[in-house]
Amino acid sequence: MSISKKDVEHVAHLARIRVAPDELTRYQEGLANILELVTQMQDCNTDGVEPMAHPQDIALRLREDCVTEINERSSFQKGAPLVEDGLYLVPRVIE
Amino acid sequence: MPHRHSLTTLRDMLRQREISSSELTRHFLDRIARYDDLNAFITVEEETAMASAQQADKRLSNGEHGPLTGVPIAHKDIFCTRGILTTCGSKMLRNFIAPYDATVVERLADAGSVLTGKTNMDEFAMGSSNETSYFGPVRNPWNRERVPGGSSGGSAAAVAARLVPGATGTDTGGSIRQPAAFCGLTGLKPSYGRVSRYGMIAFASSLDQGGPLARSAMDAALLLKCMAGLDRRDSTSMAHDTADIDGALKINLRGLRIGLPTEFFDDSVNAGVLLRVREALAVFEELGASLVDIALPNSRAGIPCYYVIAPAEASSNLSRFDGVRFGHRSEQATNLQELYEYSRAEGFGEEVKRRILIGTYALSAGYYDAYYLKAQRIRRLIAQDFSKAFEQCDIIAGPTTPSSAFGLGEKTQDPVAMYLNDIFTSTVNLAGLPGLSIPAGLDDSGLPVGMQLIGKFMDEGRLLGAAHRFQQVTDWHQSAPEGF
Repeated sequence: MSISKKDVEHVAHLARIRVAPDELTRYQEGLANILELVTQMQDCNTDGVEPMAHPQDIALRLREDCVTEINERSSFQKGAPLVEDGLYLVPRVIE
Repeated sequence: MPHRHSLTTLRDMLRQREISSSELTRHFLDRIARYDDLNAFITVEEETAMASAQQADKRLSNGEHGPLTGVPIAHKDIFCTRGILTTCGSKMLRNFIAPYDATVVERLADAGSVLTGKTNMDEFAMGSSNETSYFGPVRNPWNRERVPGGSSGGSAAAVAARLVPGATGTDTGGSIRQPAAFCGLTGLKPSYGRVSRYGMIAFASSLDQGGPLARSAMDAALLLKCMAGLDRRDSTSMAHDTADIDGALKINLRGLRIGLPTEFFDDSVNAGVLLRVREALAVFEELGASLVDIALPNSRAGIPCYYVIAPAEASSNLSRFDGVRFGHRSEQATNLQELYEYSRAEGFGEEVKRRILIGTYALSAGYYDAYYLKAQRIRRLIAQDFSKAFEQCDIIAGPTTPSSAFGLGEKTQDPVAMYLNDIFTSTVNLAGLPGLSIPAGLDDSGLPVGMQLIGKFMDEGRLLGAAHRFQQVTDWHQSAPEGF
């Protein structure tokens, strides 16, 4: 197996996704199969090839430094699970 | 029966007042209700659709009209629609009412179209069968035991079943072209930057493009013209004249060089699919085109490369779903860390989580060079392969998919087998080029076969033009599934 259970737990932590102990093997297998597919990249010689991050090799355009949007906080917060006085609520982080 | 007419014909009938938008919209809404067993729609907007149809009729009776006034359409549920549920096929967004319109939605509304509803899709556009949707799988109207393809499976099934004359889709690795192929439609993935991504829920930002699913190249061209163009709200959208598209519909195919990549015609492709594609190519030859053999030597590395880059970008894009600002929020969290972890574990489906995890892995310390940078180098090789090939030809042709529509449930247990569906389509996204799938006939099981045409950057006019010429002398694009 190219990826260990410990690796899966680590990645799940980085991605902030809770993986229950009884799901661990299933994710391990799923990820191992994908990694096996992805490892076929090694057959391709890429010595001296520049990485390509994006299909457009151009600089992003600039715009005037001025206000273009209006404040729509209340409309955007309508979809939030929990807000109070215009603030998003989360469980207490400072004791 | 108005649903038998093409989108362009319906548009003209509306202008000539042969039918009203209210009648037409009512007719399509009735069909959507009648064929709801296909599960093509997540949301049907009956009241707003009838209200905008009445407005369209008012304008038409005053002799005013835009390019699509009164024509009913549907949007893939990945496009934000102000005041209307926008789920992206996910439990995460099952209650999300978008506070604004995507640019594509806004432009098609400005063109006068009538929105009937939002179509089903693979969750966050991750899938090739529409089976990862939180709202259940979509059935293929050609055979209800088969998948419609994905991720734009709901849009494809809706257009194929004549529930709407045209719909929007998005394509990150084949999500417009593969369902178009499986459902017998004309589906275009435009060049990267042609269509604004603003308000289109992001999957992999350097690959995603919105585009039309329609019944002919002419209809697809009309929809594209209404969707495309520079948008200041998407920094990667480009100013590119769409006037070339009208002109292209009149092109002569004499002298057109069609490149056939040897890699697309090997024994990995189903024999019935190859047969239909070769027959279609013979028609192009009769129309004056010449066929040349070309090579895309790195295409085999396309799927491994795509399944690093797309999940890596997805893992970053989907980090916004945290249970705080929008979307699902877990009830069982006792601290902030748990709020993130449980909200994401409960809100995302299995395939989405798998891709976030693999993308996070590929970007994590110690693996970044071996996976992510390696994939980006291969991406350049793939793009260079296309550039070299286009020195010998004007467009590239081959099958859209290795097989016709497969059975529901056939590949759900084997994600890697599912991924291989995109073998001929994903390299086109990696290079940012336009790709068009057109119907090339039916295979022995009576299922549609798609042929893909790939063009140079921003040359979708030529693709649509070549397809239009082909559709003027063939009628594969006219065939409808039985009972629709």
